[in-house]
Amino acid sequence: MTTTTTGTTTGGTAVRAVGTAHSRVEGRDKVTGAARYAAEIPFTELAYGWLVLSTVTRGRISSVEDAPVLAMPGVLAVLHHGNAPRVDIDYVGMLGMRPDPTVAVFQHDRVPHAGWPVALVVAETSEQAREAAEALVVHYEEEPHDVAFSAGHADAYSMPGPAGPGVTGKGDLEAQLAASSFVLDAEYSTPEEHHNPMEPHAATAHWDGGRLEVVDSNQGTIWVAAELASLFSLDPASVHVRSEHVGGGFGSKGVRAHQVAAVMAATVLSRPVRVAMTRRQMFSLAGYRSPTTQRVRLGVDAAGRLLALEHSCLSLTSTVHEFIESGAGPARVMYDAPAHHTANRVVRLDVPSPTFMRAPGEAPGSFALESALDELAEKSGIDPIELRVRNEPEVGPVSGLPFSSRNLTACFREGARRFGWADRDPRPGLRREGRWLLGTGTAAASFFAGAAPSTAAATAEADGTFTVRINAADIGTGARTALTLVAADALQVPTDRVRVRIGDSDFGPAMIAGGSMGTRSWAWAVTAAAEELRERMALSDGIPPEGITVRSDTTAAVGALAQKERHSFGAQFAEVAVDVATGEVRVRRMLGIFAAGKIVNPLTARGQFTGGMIWGISMALHEEAVRDRNTGALYGADLAGYHVASNADVPLVEADWVDDPDPDDPVGIKGIGEIGIVGAAAAIANAVWHATGVRHRQLPIRPDRVIRADAHA
Amino acid sequence: MKEFGYERAADVSGALALLDADPDARFLGGGTNLVDLMKTGVERPARLVDVRELPLDRIESTEDGGLHIGATVTNSDLAAHPDVRRRYPALTQAVLAGASGQLRNMATVGGNLLQRTRCGYFADVSKPCNKRVPGSGCPAIEGEHHNHAILGASDHCVATHPSDLGVALAAFDAVVSYETTDGPGELPLTDLYLPVGDTPHLETALPPGALITGVTLPPAPAGAVSRYRKVRERASYAFAIGSIAAALDVRDGVVHEVRLAFGAVASRPWRARAAEAALTGGPVDAAAFAAAADAELAAAEPLPHNGYKVTLMRNLVVAVLSELAEEAAR
Repeated sequence: MTTTTTGTTTGGTAVRAVGTAHSRVEGRDKVTGAARYAAEIPFTELAYGWLVLSTVTRGRISSVEDAPVLAMPGVLAVLHHGNAPRVDIDYVGMLGMRPDPTVAVFQHDRVPHAGWPVALVVAETSEQAREAAEALVVHYEEEPHDVAFSAGHADAYSMPGPAGPGVTGKGDLEAQLAASSFVLDAEYSTPEEHHNPMEPHAATAHWDGGRLEVVDSNQGTIWVAAELASLFSLDPASVHVRSEHVGGGFGSKGVRAHQVAAVMAATVLSRPVRVAMTRRQMFSLAGYRSPTTQRVRLGVDAAGRLLALEHSCLSLTSTVHEFIESGAGPARVMYDAPAHHTANRVVRLDVPSPTFMRAPGEAPGSFALESALDELAEKSGIDPIELRVRNEPEVGPVSGLPFSSRNLTACFREGARRFGWADRDPRPGLRREGRWLLGTGTAAASFFAGAAPSTAAATAEADGTFTVRINAADIGTGARTALTLVAADALQVPTDRVRVRIGDSDFGPAMIAGGSMGTRSWAWAVTAAAEELRERMALSDGIPPEGITVRSDTTAAVGALAQKERHSFGAQFAEVAVDVATGEVRVRRMLGIFAAGKIVNPLTARGQFTGGMIWGISMALHEEAVRDRNTGALYGADLAGYHVASNADVPLVEADWVDDPDPDDPVGIKGIGEIGIVGAAAAIANAVWHATGVRHRQLPIRPDRVIRADAHA
Repeated sequence: MKEFGYERAADVSGALALLDADPDARFLGGGTNLVDLMKTGVERPARLVDVRELPLDRIESTEDGGLHIGATVTNSDLAAHPDVRRRYPALTQAVLAGASGQLRNMATVGGNLLQRTRCGYFADVSKPCNKRVPGSGCPAIEGEHHNHAILGASDHCVATHPSDLGVALAAFDAVVSYETTDGPGELPLTDLYLPVGDTPHLETALPPGALITGVTLPPAPAGAVSRYRKVRERASYAFAIGSIAAALDVRDGVVHEVRLAFGAVASRPWRARAAEAALTGGPVDAAAFAAAADAELAAAEPLPHNGYKVTLMRNLVVAVLSELAEEAAR
């Protein structure tokens, strides 16, 4: 289907492009293969690097036997801690975080986790590099490791994270629990999960006239350029990173070992070097979502109003880098109570460093919190939607700040109407269709809605077209198309007169594709530049051959945003079928209704929402990386062993939205990148309970767990 | 990856000669398993002898009313064949329960039977595995094994055979025919796979260098209805955690003949002869089905995390035989 919107003016009324469905401007290039991805772009004199990863989980490298490998056909170099260029990791990066030392490859002999990069073999062909890399013998002094993650780990400590402080608290929890009519106290767990974007990480580095050129697949070229400049002590202006098309990122595509290794090899060999990760390497080099164990305690009065809320979340991180999965974060936004306590804790183990993964904190945290709400609804005899509506907070439960807008109840009302919730019998285990027990469930969703400073340039060309340059990243979201619509409206021209160029660090600072903030942040800068350009054009006497270019910088405007609780919201609904004899769980249909700001392009937005919801199906039923305690490495680290939902698992997934423009944004955008997954797993788990009468508090809800739970029920 | 030679065999004797000439050569069928294993370094053949073009791609009725299936028949063609669909419906169902349309278009019957286990330790050359490196140990026993064997395993290996097709073939008493440079041979499918014991790296009873040329099915049990049910961790495109091929012939209200084979529970397709014996001549009801399943599963030796498979297989026996009994009564 091709849907185009031209944004023409008819009868004096401007037809707005924003809000109308528009197919991807680069869609034809992508489906015909004309769009080149990072590892496909040709270079002359290109050499290929292959990463060698540690086979031990903790210890020291005692020797790297590179001589036999250097004698193998086509081998050009073996980089390791004994000979690699030095890098500097004593800096704070663009996102305000210190770098994960995992990216500082080959700097020392210590091995802190399985799959740690210990060498790069560079050869004339990819096949030669791989064969030589697999032949490279590395000797280790192995040390005992600890990868055992469990609730109540003695070494856990709290630390601040993306969701704010490590610990928040008000009110007397025990007293309020004692005063409650109904109390829920339950533990939940989620497994280690991996991003697994379709396109593996890949980078090509080369030096061009004293300038470092990197072609990469990432979520922000300026981000990667700045990190590489810091690591290699280069002038930021002398690092140029391009990332035209990106086959998914989900939080994993920042600076990683492959770019750093490629730059090192290009420096040593003075020729272009490409390093791509294999799928299996991605399981230890690309970051992941930490497993969590969570405890939720809730107490309500007889009317269903929360008196007590406690949510604590434990996650893990590596011994070299601190990252916390803030699962207790959603409770700070969703529900208030006189006694309200949240805590995010982390424990350091001999594992790779986790990182941001789509809806960090909210995805696992909402599973626990929204499952707990459902359990409390069961205990108190209150409808799960009604229970949530009765506990809508006036202001931020922890911050005390007003909400910029909060349309959660509207999402539930619209979703309930379309899903047929009013006809639901709340009792579990009653509906049977052949061998299947049927049930329905719901859950709430929220995700932070923010904006970050960005710059953009808008050029009126002499031929009547417009070129917009912004360092955005389209990681499959449709950002390039969304910005085309935004620019066309701001310029008051049809979309076919606007060309948006993205993914080039030379275009200047801009927000990364992350935090559900990309499109909003970029659209703001594009709107500012385009509007000023129109004013300039109105004052100018025609357009000179070189065009008229205006640059914008939203630093001041974004900085002037009032302090508020700013979030998108949503209501998730799921119907499942469960065969308790075989443990099979099938999602029959899902509906998500979102209040997520102005929707720029309904076509791609629906894809983002449903994509998130399908990820929620995977999270609920399939995704689980299994760490083998004895070896300390993952078991089945490939897409045969690590399951994501197949097409057959996704029969009917619908997403829609209620009107919810952000009053403080020039376009009304909030951001939709992550909220689709939030609450989805809880809605499915709640539906599994409704079908079977058995609560599943451990994800994923695998057949063996359903069979065991049924045996114990 | 390791450089390797590739040759396409024109006829069976040529294929055997090519393999005989090179101890590090492997036959290549559809390549849907072998090529993956070459990419990950589990298999490192010096030469591939492509047998997919051999004239072994026919499905023909035999004189006694059975069926002969050539070794290079693709899974897709096998599943779609009218005689297979009509006479051995569980076989079609088993094939269609496996892999994806694209893989079934490539995969061959001979290759399917000789595919390797999908145990995650076997597939990862950075980890020990007695099947891949004899004597290196079996980390699954103390590690991840929720989808490993409950029947016929040993202290040396608890891997399962991943084939769906093989489970249905076992239920239908299939006989595997092969050729060697010393002449042809035959093996019942249930004898194709060796007991695990302390030699999990020795997987089949085929002589060295043998090429599977086909599979012969005797006539399906007269009057029997058959079915294949596969349970897996997602709705499609995953290996079984438990599967069953069953054929049931009910006469005068008692079980006249029954065939049962289990998948994903052992190092080979597991013909459930103890269950069959318990059922034959007995009543057609859920209690009898459950008792028969228990008779078979009495030999199960589950590990700490795969005991659910005993329950699963028992439930599958009852469910599928009940469905077949209902179908037979129609």
